[in-house]
Amino acid sequence: MKRRNFIYLSGVGAGAMMLPNLPSFGTPIDPAQALEQVDVRIKKELADVALNTAKAKGATYADIRIGRYLNQAVITRETRVQNIANAESYGVGIRVLVNGCWGFAATNNVTKDGIAKTAERAVAVAKANAKIGGKPVQLAPQKGYGEVSWKTPIEKNAFEVPIKEKVDLLMSVNGAALAGGANFVNSMILAINEQKYFASTDGSYIDQDIHRLYPNFGVTKIDASKGAFETRAALSSPVGMGYEYLIPSESEKVQGVVTRYKDRYDMLEDVKNATRNATEKVSAKSVEPGKYDLVLDPSHLWLTIHESVAHPTELDRVLGYEANYAGTSFLSVDKLKSGNFKFGSKNMNIVADRNQKGSLGAVGYDDEGVAPKQFDIVKDGVLTNFQTIRDQAHVIGLKESQGCCYAQTWSDVQFQRMPNVSLKPGKTPMSVDDMIKGVEKGIYIIGNGSFSIDQQRYNFQFGGQLFYEIKNGKIVGMLNDVAYQATNQEFWNSCAAVCDERDYRLGGAFNDGKGQPGQSNAVSHGSATTKFTGVNVINTKRRIG
Amino acid sequence: MPILSKEEAQALLKKVLSYSKADECEISLGGSEGGNIRYALNAVSTAGDIGTLSLAVSSTYGKKTGTATINEFDDASLEKVVRRSEELAQLAPANPEYMPLLGPQTFKEATTYNEKTAAMTPEVRADLVAKSLDVTKAANLSAAGFLENSTDFRSVMNSKGLFAYNKSTDVTFSVTTRNAEGTGSGYAARGFTDVSKLDTYAATKIAAQKATGSVGARAIEPGKYTVILEPTAAAYMMENMFRGFDARSADEGRSFMSKKGGGTRLGEKLMDDKVTIYSDPFNPDLPSGTWNGDGLPLEKTYWIDKGVVKTLSYSRYWAEKKGVKPQPGPSNIIMEGGNMSLEDMIKSTERGILVSRLWYIRMVDPQVLALTGLTRDGTFYIENGKIKFPIKNMRFNESPVIMLNNVEALGKPERAISVESYRSYMIPPMKIRDFTFSSLSDAV
Repeated sequence: MKRRNFIYLSGVGAGAMMLPNLPSFGTPIDPAQALEQVDVRIKKELADVALNTAKAKGATYADIRIGRYLNQAVITRETRVQNIANAESYGVGIRVLVNGCWGFAATNNVTKDGIAKTAERAVAVAKANAKIGGKPVQLAPQKGYGEVSWKTPIEKNAFEVPIKEKVDLLMSVNGAALAGGANFVNSMILAINEQKYFASTDGSYIDQDIHRLYPNFGVTKIDASKGAFETRAALSSPVGMGYEYLIPSESEKVQGVVTRYKDRYDMLEDVKNATRNATEKVSAKSVEPGKYDLVLDPSHLWLTIHESVAHPTELDRVLGYEANYAGTSFLSVDKLKSGNFKFGSKNMNIVADRNQKGSLGAVGYDDEGVAPKQFDIVKDGVLTNFQTIRDQAHVIGLKESQGCCYAQTWSDVQFQRMPNVSLKPGKTPMSVDDMIKGVEKGIYIIGNGSFSIDQQRYNFQFGGQLFYEIKNGKIVGMLNDVAYQATNQEFWNSCAAVCDERDYRLGGAFNDGKGQPGQSNAVSHGSATTKFTGVNVINTKRRIG
Repeated sequence: MPILSKEEAQALLKKVLSYSKADECEISLGGSEGGNIRYALNAVSTAGDIGTLSLAVSSTYGKKTGTATINEFDDASLEKVVRRSEELAQLAPANPEYMPLLGPQTFKEATTYNEKTAAMTPEVRADLVAKSLDVTKAANLSAAGFLENSTDFRSVMNSKGLFAYNKSTDVTFSVTTRNAEGTGSGYAARGFTDVSKLDTYAATKIAAQKATGSVGARAIEPGKYTVILEPTAAAYMMENMFRGFDARSADEGRSFMSKKGGGTRLGEKLMDDKVTIYSDPFNPDLPSGTWNGDGLPLEKTYWIDKGVVKTLSYSRYWAEKKGVKPQPGPSNIIMEGGNMSLEDMIKSTERGILVSRLWYIRMVDPQVLALTGLTRDGTFYIENGKIKFPIKNMRFNESPVIMLNNVEALGKPERAISVESYRSYMIPPMKIRDFTFSSLSDAV
């Protein structure tokens, strides 16, 4: 995840950052207008202008994305609303293939004339670049779907919920934290709606309406006498759902040393626990470095899966397309083709699935018009597949794309982005309590914290939100200053047990960064609580002055 | 055209402002046009040519503010966005921290715009990339790189008479070169306001030398080492610190600038005498805009002077509360250097490590600004004043504040690009003792 991309999420890019703090209240800004979709017939007419212009100028393939993006951020601290940004952005991105080379151009001039000129620019870019040479692009065939549509299955559209309701919730959250003894509290709700229309010379005209929601908070407890402070962030997950995610249900709560959540989230309850946790962290025991068995909650493990499995199995990284920025991968096409490359223990079963309900990556069609399917990436510990888009499929002998193409906005070119990549739950019945009972010397980690991994995804270091020491099968207290370091395959080969499907939950991120120019992708990762044995834990405490 | 002249921007902003019925109204307008080429495996992978223009309106009644944005510019849309912001403001609660808009300010003319960069075409970009590929193809290396140019403007007008406008250009280039076996990798990055200073051939030569030189890397034991950080590595290491010169978070006790027992570390000596860090909108190598988001003029400002915390930034609200002058945060960062060349630094090192680039730096503990990350694309062991052999990459756990207490020598500042934020800084190469590496990585 990249800091640069948070700017986009919290408003409208640099423009929004120029604005002063913006308290706000009441009903959403003209909801009828904000949610009014552009007529699909108009979009088809505009799309045909792009496709016909591109073909007339020499393109052998062209696609257009007409995008209307609505973002709303309600941001508060303590007793005041800090910012409400309602942003919308409307424009088109046109991609063409000319002389075997890609070209792309984008504009916010969404008129027939603006689109025709932009298509011409895209062709000019492709022609200029084709002179550099290189292997011509080889697109996997894709049937045209005709005129189709897809919508995130939401129950309550977040943009239709009055801002007052969101502000009231966040003020209650902040109030609970302050009443509980927190020194500071920030909270926010981010809502995103992508209205995307895709058309291509293959004969697809795809209209999609995608919704995402991200509630979060941070509680800070300060001990001025020690010059120390500790924070605890929400155990929520960003989701591909409507506002129903914030309507709590007792049946969706996972009870334990601290309550965690599944499909529905109780923000008010979580902030009370967070305030208590932040206070406990200030006086928690500093960890003794050494080897520990780790019991990793899904609220933590999603990020480890993201960094250590999902990224290294992106085929563009494997091939070297990300070498200048996000890096390459310790995996290779040869390792895949060998059919016996052991990534992890037999408990490691990793699946990619863009159809997962409630997930951030759920779509009906990807951004080059491919309907995604579920596929295995690691089966019983053995590498079985990479993530691909249309111009990569042939490299690993696939006859079709796996639907992993995405662009952050209409003004960004689409490229290979990860789908939801998840660890399958264990088949043997096992609860979290069962798992902890089997640990002699361990640490139970909940929530994600600091994260860093090298450019080929070997060496990583992860922190967390909450660390509980396990001794002889029991949780005995809270620890602090914990981070674990491991090399990728060693770690996954130490995967000793995975709880069953009753404990399966999604975590995820709005802002997974990749590419140049950098783009953000929203993605979920599911797992049940999982045990890893003999992992190296370091103490991160440092002092200055 | 997404790039409006000062006069065009002023006319548009006046028109939008004329629709306003609020007590106070502020309108921000920004546009950008430019393009990029991304290449890998010695061929273009993606390329784009993009123009955008957007407008944001903030309306205020009393201390109640609402904001709306739009990127459609017909009269009806412009009036609609003003009405939207007013509607929202009428429903807003009063913000106790609201500061009335500033009146007219005087801004010096920025030096951020260059005609040649603004005139870049897809062909110019392709030619620059072709020169980079000449190097890697001849050396039998594989290049992955990125070239991007942009021309931006931003402008603000408010109902108290403030008007500000700035136009800027920028071009950045970065390249990673790898050998066919995947056992060696090198990197170079350059950024300029003026594209005529960009030599993609020379930069790629350096990356190619590092790729070839890093083949056969050996493992050494993690631990504390003297390191020589090239400017690209040093810039990325210190970037988190540059965001931390904020008085409010320090006063609130949640920053490395917080003083034990309360208050800030303003005036304290926090780093080595050799460390002086300032911002200057008129630095010829790294110019910036001359006004901040509030409309306050930006001036040359020392943040750290000979190791002492000289200035913290104060928002207008926090300044009033604390009874001090508002101080905008840094618009650019320049660190003073020394006279030692990189070669002299290596010559003067008995045992140490030369670091070309750092990667994936993340905060471990904000209280002390403890960071973790790794070396990448050219890490070399130095013994008795010479580079002896390439070494495997290593993970570090270190704080830039602790690091800047351990400065042994500084070189001449160069414009360096952070590999993640893509921001440019003027940073010297630096020799640092006792830099903490915690584990090895097999990544090349």
